[in-house]
Amino acid sequence: MVSLLDIIGPVMVGPSSSHTAGACKLGLIARCLVGGTPDRARIELHGSFARTGEGHGTDKAIAGGLLGFRPDDERLREAVEIAEREGVEYRFEKTTLSDDAHPNSVRITVERGDRRHVMLGASLGAGRIHVSEIDGFPVEVLGNHYTIVLVAEDVKGSVARITARLAEAGLNIATLKLSRKHKGGDALMVIEVDEPPDVAVRDQLRAFPWVRWAHRLEKVSG
Amino acid sequence: MYRSLAEAIRDAEAQGITLARLALAAEALDQGRPVEEIRAALRRALDVMRHAADRGLAGDLRSVSGLVGGDAAKLRFGPPGPLAGTLFRDVLARALAVQEVNAAMGVIVAAPTAGGAGVLPAVLTGLAADRRIDDDRLVDALATAGLIGAVVAERASLSGAEGGCQAETGAAAGMAAGAATEMLGGTPTQVGHAVALAQQATLGLICDPLGGLVELPCVFRNATGSAIALAAVEMALAGIEFAIPCDEVIDVMGEIGREMDVRYRETAGGGLAATPTGRRLARERLVQLKRAGA
Repeated sequence: MVSLLDIIGPVMVGPSSSHTAGACKLGLIARCLVGGTPDRARIELHGSFARTGEGHGTDKAIAGGLLGFRPDDERLREAVEIAEREGVEYRFEKTTLSDDAHPNSVRITVERGDRRHVMLGASLGAGRIHVSEIDGFPVEVLGNHYTIVLVAEDVKGSVARITARLAEAGLNIATLKLSRKHKGGDALMVIEVDEPPDVAVRDQLRAFPWVRWAHRLEKVSG
Repeated sequence: MYRSLAEAIRDAEAQGITLARLALAAEALDQGRPVEEIRAALRRALDVMRHAADRGLAGDLRSVSGLVGGDAAKLRFGPPGPLAGTLFRDVLARALAVQEVNAAMGVIVAAPTAGGAGVLPAVLTGLAADRRIDDDRLVDALATAGLIGAVVAERASLSGAEGGCQAETGAAAGMAAGAATEMLGGTPTQVGHAVALAQQATLGLICDPLGGLVELPCVFRNATGSAIALAAVEMALAGIEFAIPCDEVIDVMGEIGREMDVRYRETAGGGLAATPTGRRLARERLVQLKRAGA
């Protein structure tokens, strides 16, 4: 369903809703995976992101997202310099991810302290994004809800215990998707919720001994 | 939200209300948000639009590649032409101004997209300055524009990569024409004719930016798109009716977009981008950017 505010918006730093605003949102999501500004990031640009990214400020937008700047933040223009000043090591590379990858795709590897995560995402146009892979798990994160992602051992009843915990915290689940690489293997859950989950909820989820990791992803659209 | 402008126009006429009011009510229902909250968001968009137009008119901005910038100020302060001192010239200047801000990584409202972001602020804030129209009416106009854009998104496309420039500055011209027609007292039916008159003028318009950058000709397409919007408003308010209904004009825009060769859909493979000069300029600028980045 198209919203008026999608048409008259978003407010953003130019010049391109796909190459600038969408790119920034992908950086913001990657930042969430390590819970703050990454110390190091490897940013592999594919297709049109690689070809016309420099002229569109795609590198600045992704760096800005990693620093926590939103698409309407004018600091995006100097994000690469700000990152350098703050001593973070961001490396941009041009690559071909796969023949059928979306033309505006990027793989971002982020490290902070002892944490390291890899995500694959694309900017679909008009500022809409799609994160399709986190740490090798296929996912579908659009960034238009507050989202909890977690990886858990394939334990019976895990979904029930997690959703019960979210309900206790007063969080309403909009969507819940479960995927695993094979039977008995680790399961990845992507839970979209209507309200922003607080740190305490995340920590409660992490406290389950069978949860390997859990992150809160920002709502970056809508 | 509505998928047909004809249907929205029929509902608005039947209820005796503006398309703006109809659109706000539909959005409130769709999103489960109060109308006042939606109006507040549109009001913020309006502030950003006005600020971008003012910022660009100062004339000191250059785009990231250096291909565009400074032309809005020429219309504001440069030598006169036949339109000197008119609303028309002011609207052209504002359209260039917003797009120059966009190309320089300034803050704009993507309405409907970043590449077509100059038309709506130019036409609406230009008219508001000329006619002393207050912000409440401008917010209404943005709601009407949003309704028109939503119908274009559903029936055709708002992406240059999918439908060429007719889907970006063309759609922006249709949105601005319809919104301005209602803002100046036109009926919902007249709004429909304004949309059709503007959109028909941009049918087949390709998206051919040099080097794939949202700069050249995008900046100027926003000015000419605004001119088309003004022409459509003038005709619609004069009582001129366009025989093909606006929904059908939008449908044919979508059809042309789907048939359009990929060279003409934002890939820089055809059109102005592929001319000898277009290729040379893009090459030179991209080399410069790489040096600057190194």
